[in-house]
Amino acid sequence: MKRALGLYAAAAFAFLHVPLITLIVFSVNASRFTLWEGFSLQWYRALARDTQMLEAAWNSAVIAMVSTAIATVAGTLAAYGLWKRASRVLTGALYLSLVTPEIVMGISLLAFFQWMFRWLGWQLGLHTVMLAHVAFSIAYVAVVVAARLRTLDRGLEEAAMDLGATEWGAFRQVTLPLLAPGITAAALLSLTISFDDYVITSLVAGVDSETLPMVIYAMARRGANPSINAISTVIVLFFGTLILISERMRKA
Amino acid sequence: MSRLRFWFLLPARVWLIFLFAFPLAIVCAYSLLERGTYGGVELPWTLENYQRLFDPLYGVIFLRSFGLALAATAICLLLAFPLALFISRAGPRKNLYLHLVILPFWTSFLVRTYAWLFLLRDTGLLNTLLQKMKLISQPLPLLYNDGAVLLGLVYGFLPFMVLPLYATLERLDPVLLEAAADLGARPWTVFYRVIVPLAGPGIWAGSALVFIPCLGAYLTPDLLGGGKTVMIGNLVQNQFTTARDWPFGAAASLALMALAAGLLAVFMRSRSREFL
Repeated sequence: MKRALGLYAAAAFAFLHVPLITLIVFSVNASRFTLWEGFSLQWYRALARDTQMLEAAWNSAVIAMVSTAIATVAGTLAAYGLWKRASRVLTGALYLSLVTPEIVMGISLLAFFQWMFRWLGWQLGLHTVMLAHVAFSIAYVAVVVAARLRTLDRGLEEAAMDLGATEWGAFRQVTLPLLAPGITAAALLSLTISFDDYVITSLVAGVDSETLPMVIYAMARRGANPSINAISTVIVLFFGTLILISERMRKA
Repeated sequence: MSRLRFWFLLPARVWLIFLFAFPLAIVCAYSLLERGTYGGVELPWTLENYQRLFDPLYGVIFLRSFGLALAATAICLLLAFPLALFISRAGPRKNLYLHLVILPFWTSFLVRTYAWLFLLRDTGLLNTLLQKMKLISQPLPLLYNDGAVLLGLVYGFLPFMVLPLYATLERLDPVLLEAAADLGARPWTVFYRVIVPLAGPGIWAGSALVFIPCLGAYLTPDLLGGGKTVMIGNLVQNQFTTARDWPFGAAASLALMALAAGLLAVFMRSRSREFL
């Protein structure tokens, strides 16, 4: 029984990992077809020369960093405020935004931006993508930080205030340091989700704000291509490392 | 505290109003208007867009989305249960195995979907291998059908099922299983009379976490289902872009949103909510 379970688990892990490993293996294949013809880094060299891809990667990085910075602050403050005293409306809205299908959130933000632009004369662009990413990241940050807050002893802040700390001081000097691992994990999560998002981004992006997932998607629509394997490998390895670090911190 | 709390919650309230509620309210308003001559929306107010959702043409898409989401949830449950059981009994290697589940899951949804495109297409690895082995002469049509979409959904959301199941199974006291065995229960009886009932909250949590995103899936059916309008998400996108029928697209997205919100409400009332 136990051996059968172990064998099954091995098969299940293979199911989860083999598709990605195959992708990585064929990113260093000399042939552009799905036949192994020897090791080559040509697809990575092609990647390094692809200015459209590099520009998109830069856009993605900027969007991810700016939206993560805003969402992390807003989400953390919200989680802390709700920990102090619950608000059914705000908590409900945060959970609702987590289950809102991406396509629905995307078109609602698109409709909102276009409606606003009629009055303000703006255009879709990097800023609308950043706002959209803040919109879907806040709930993730709040949920991760709230999970960390649930493990904290409420008596700590009371003790700090009994010893003369102000409310702000108790938050700043007692709770915030204890929350730091949770906040870091939340920020890394937000960074990953932002960097990966295609559905919402493609709806609210302007002509000058093509992101990496948009380029990959467009290439994938035209058919598979070893360059996609190469960029996918870079993404998988980079974010795999990031998530491992994040998991370490969440457990710390 | 009250004043400080006001400032702490202010950014989230601004988000709630401007980036969540108000955009949805606009979609709500669009869904009650008529389609404009050049795209966009026009008065008068009408309920016609909602009536059109019951047109068999679109009803099929809703039913297919439900069917695919339900099938993906069931398959995920069957695949995840033994895996979660295995991890919960793995002792000191638990964390390693959990990381093996989480790692591919957070890397990139787009990349993981593309991986299946790479494996399943006509000139992909599976067809090439099968042809090399002379098992088939023509490539099998593995891609651009409902089966490929189902596979993509199961692959994409399996970890959502494994983690809550693991959380419940891990707390399960092994003494209960021994007691059942001592009292003469066979392993299978122990499984479905003791383990499964005690894993109930995890089963419901995992099912909700898989079913809800599968129902609203867009990218998976779009890339693996080919050009056809496979699921509700594709219908919504199509109405807002190609068909340029915003009011109907808005009605379809609100119907989808209502389904997701309804499921969330049921879930939050159940005792499984602690696993979110």
